[in-house]
Amino acid sequence: MKHRRTKLSQNRLLNMSQQAVNGVSHRGKVLTLDSMNPNVKRVEYAVRGPIVQRAVQIEKELKEGVKKPFTEVIKANIGDAHAMGQKPITFLRQVLALCSYPELLEDNMFPEDAKKRARRILESCGGHSIGAYSASQGIECIRQDVARYIERRDGGIPSSPDNIYLSTGASDAIVTMLKLLVCGEGRSRTGVMISIPQYPLYSAALADLGAVQISYYLDEDKCWSLDVAELRRALNAARQHCNPRVLCIINPGNPTGQVQSRQCIEDVIRFAKEEHLFLMADEVYQDNVYAEGCKFHSFKKVLFEMGPEYSSTVEMASFHSTSKCYMGECGFRGGYMEVINMDPEVKAQLTKLVSVRLCPPVPGQALLDLVVNPPQPDEPSYTTFMKERTAVLAALAEKARLTEETFNTVPGITCNPVQGAMYTFPRITLPQKAIDKAKEEGQVPDMYYCMRLLEEEGICLVPGSGFGQREGTFHFRMTILPPTEKLKVVLQKIREFHLRFTQEFS
Amino acid sequence: MKQLEYVVLARRVSQIKEELRQGVRKPYKEVIDVSWGDPHRAGLKPLTFVRQVLSTCLYPELMNSNRLPADVRQRAQRLLGGCAGGSVGSYTATEGIPEIVHSVSEFITRRDGGVPSDPENIYISPGSQWALTNILNVLVNREASTRTGVLTPMPCHSATTLGIMGLGGVVVPYYLSEEQGWELQVEDLHQALESAKGVCNPVALYVINPGNPSGQVQSRKSMQEVIRFVSERRLFLLADEVYQDCIYGENSEFVSYKKVLTEMGPPLSDTVELASFHSASKGFMGECGLRGGYVELVNLDPAVLKYIKTLFSTDSCAPVLGQLALDLMMNPPQPGDPSYPLYDMETQHIRTTLVHNAKRAVSVLNSLQGFCCQPVEGGAFAFPRVYLPPKAIQKAKEVGMQPDTFYCIRLLEEAGLLFSAGCEYGQKEGTHHIRFCIMAPEDVMEELLKRLTSFHTQFMKEFS
Repeated sequence: MKHRRTKLSQNRLLNMSQQAVNGVSHRGKVLTLDSMNPNVKRVEYAVRGPIVQRAVQIEKELKEGVKKPFTEVIKANIGDAHAMGQKPITFLRQVLALCSYPELLEDNMFPEDAKKRARRILESCGGHSIGAYSASQGIECIRQDVARYIERRDGGIPSSPDNIYLSTGASDAIVTMLKLLVCGEGRSRTGVMISIPQYPLYSAALADLGAVQISYYLDEDKCWSLDVAELRRALNAARQHCNPRVLCIINPGNPTGQVQSRQCIEDVIRFAKEEHLFLMADEVYQDNVYAEGCKFHSFKKVLFEMGPEYSSTVEMASFHSTSKCYMGECGFRGGYMEVINMDPEVKAQLTKLVSVRLCPPVPGQALLDLVVNPPQPDEPSYTTFMKERTAVLAALAEKARLTEETFNTVPGITCNPVQGAMYTFPRITLPQKAIDKAKEEGQVPDMYYCMRLLEEEGICLVPGSGFGQREGTFHFRMTILPPTEKLKVVLQKIREFHLRFTQEFS
Repeated sequence: MKQLEYVVLARRVSQIKEELRQGVRKPYKEVIDVSWGDPHRAGLKPLTFVRQVLSTCLYPELMNSNRLPADVRQRAQRLLGGCAGGSVGSYTATEGIPEIVHSVSEFITRRDGGVPSDPENIYISPGSQWALTNILNVLVNREASTRTGVLTPMPCHSATTLGIMGLGGVVVPYYLSEEQGWELQVEDLHQALESAKGVCNPVALYVINPGNPSGQVQSRKSMQEVIRFVSERRLFLLADEVYQDCIYGENSEFVSYKKVLTEMGPPLSDTVELASFHSASKGFMGECGLRGGYVELVNLDPAVLKYIKTLFSTDSCAPVLGQLALDLMMNPPQPGDPSYPLYDMETQHIRTTLVHNAKRAVSVLNSLQGFCCQPVEGGAFAFPRVYLPPKAIQKAKEVGMQPDTFYCIRLLEEAGLLFSAGCEYGQKEGTHHIRFCIMAPEDVMEELLKRLTSFHTQFMKEFS
């Protein structure tokens, strides 16, 4: 379908004055670069940034028949499993279809356990329709199910549905919490600790809110692990110019893929208590753990196992989502956060804040309910469900291993093990001449590298500069999501490109 | 920010529902919840075609059979073709699935009698309020020494006023003229600007047409006055038009702000900066829970548009089902399509129901002593004024409630009707109102009006 711009016909139709046609407005706009919210100008989000825009443009050119050294653009920039060919989990889609068109409840195409769950979900919806608004905090019985899931996951540690807030993806809840936490002016402006490298939603939200970003470096040489000494260094330096109140941690990590050890999590909790920081634990990749010896430990579980001195005082929010793990249902925008030890008055403000967006998408809430309430061993859909789930996670584990192995054979690329999540964040050595060339082009070196890779091989990655990295180092983030055979090709092409590139600028 | 009034009612309604479940005797068998602009909650049914297409998109196995009509299967196939990996579980482009964005722009052009619409200026979002919040975020300058003001109608639904305040902006109310059918009179806009002097720097005017909760449909003349006003006073125009398909008054016609602006010609048509909002939540579809809405931006500075795009990108994208719902709204079945007869029947039925309800509600309310309701020309609500007796107002004070919240609590307890209180929306000092949704099946509306009549008579007697 051709989408032709209509600007020309618009001009004719409106009979615009000559001045307007020439782009010269004879009076200033109300909303200009000067009058707009300056914070919005500082917002960047590399995952959907300039390189992706160029990738989309190239796809358009390919469609129009422009000849290129490749026939498709491989979008390894975004953690979107279905886009890369991963299949949805059958059970989840069956229940959602039933919820969407309840007449199908009479159809024997669908198993009983799917129908049972659909009926239960519909019963909890206004007018028995997923098209009705839900309460702003999310459908009550779904929040109850989420609380029970958390209790099961964390070995029985109680979770209250009142502390569960369903959201439009985890991102929505993360931004909401930051909005709640950021206050003050000048030197008392809230400081928020985030890792370098980090998922750029955090830096974008902090820029938008005008909060102070306090960067703490993960240790690349030690598998991107977190060191409390580094947290302390960053915090003390920050106290000079802001009021540090929040510590954000992503586990398993994005873009780095590291899975924090239990000891590390304890250390972080201890640090948060000592320094009176609100902990934000982004755990959306909690099912994506691949490496031997690595295990997901929820912050909440560790907190409670550290005893009442910690579990009754440390304030925390944990985040989860339906976009990742084995489901990969990004398009549903389903997620939740659990708040721990939150001041009741603050909670009242939180309730008000979430009401502005009315409610999270109900299909996403329904999906979340299924994720926390999957088929049980005695149910008809169990076997297929487990088979599909295991296959997805096994494939990811294999691709994680393959990626690390392959990249580490390329001179000039070093890759830490992909312990979890969906990405690899290898370090690339760039020749000085390439760095100089990038400067000439007005680009950061790893952006220049990634742009060249895109133009020459049709592979879209995100430059490390979009996530943050130590000065003088360069990285890129690539997803491990393409199907194994395609991934092998992608790894091969990047290998060849890197060698070529290094040669060109030697 | 003050305590949300509806929280009081919401808490009590959960308790009452639980009590009913446990068999506690009450003067009613179930609560009728018309506190939200939510047709499905009130009992109206989703459109069959819409739900058939959505379920097929969710579970494409449904395409491999003749269970569902051919046009449903074809539409699902086309829509899935626009989804990465053929799945509604994939992210989409920030502004929305390109084919759907294009559908939206074509719809706008058709609706506005040929006025061109550029897909590049359209963003699909998780509901219109989300897009509105993003645009407000760009307009409200928290760093400026003077706070940013947004002219907002009084009464106005609370999501927007909360949104403005949450961003650090100031709500500058302009009062709609209740006695003239909640008309927007330009003198009130001038008065609002006056009131803002020394308090804040107004940068935008937010208008809701058809109104919420007021139910008026703006005349072309009034809209032209608004456009001239924003141009003279250098304000950004925010036009919330989500109820554009809900028109009941015989002499009412919806015309979009964009169309009126275009008709007024240059210089206004190429200079007035406008954001229009629409959604799949209202109209015949009533798919509030799917969260599908959009904003169209007109005459914005291209440099600013770039930043707006980045801002939307941090939200990833609107939920795919919400995007699909928008497409189905813009491109319903046509005569000759297998699904058309049923679609036509269902939408006609809804239209007839709503027109009937609007008339009936106003008529019953105005027959009761102590109520005065302006004509419900459009929108989702009746917003009658309640003339509360002094004794009732006194009692409310004693229990620490706003008088109209007090009325609503009693209405809930004794008649099982969940309405919302006028104080939530802003009203002239000393006046009281209640709001209820009229997008409900006819029999539900009759039952509602019966209970309301009975309660109201009793209440007025009690406090006389």
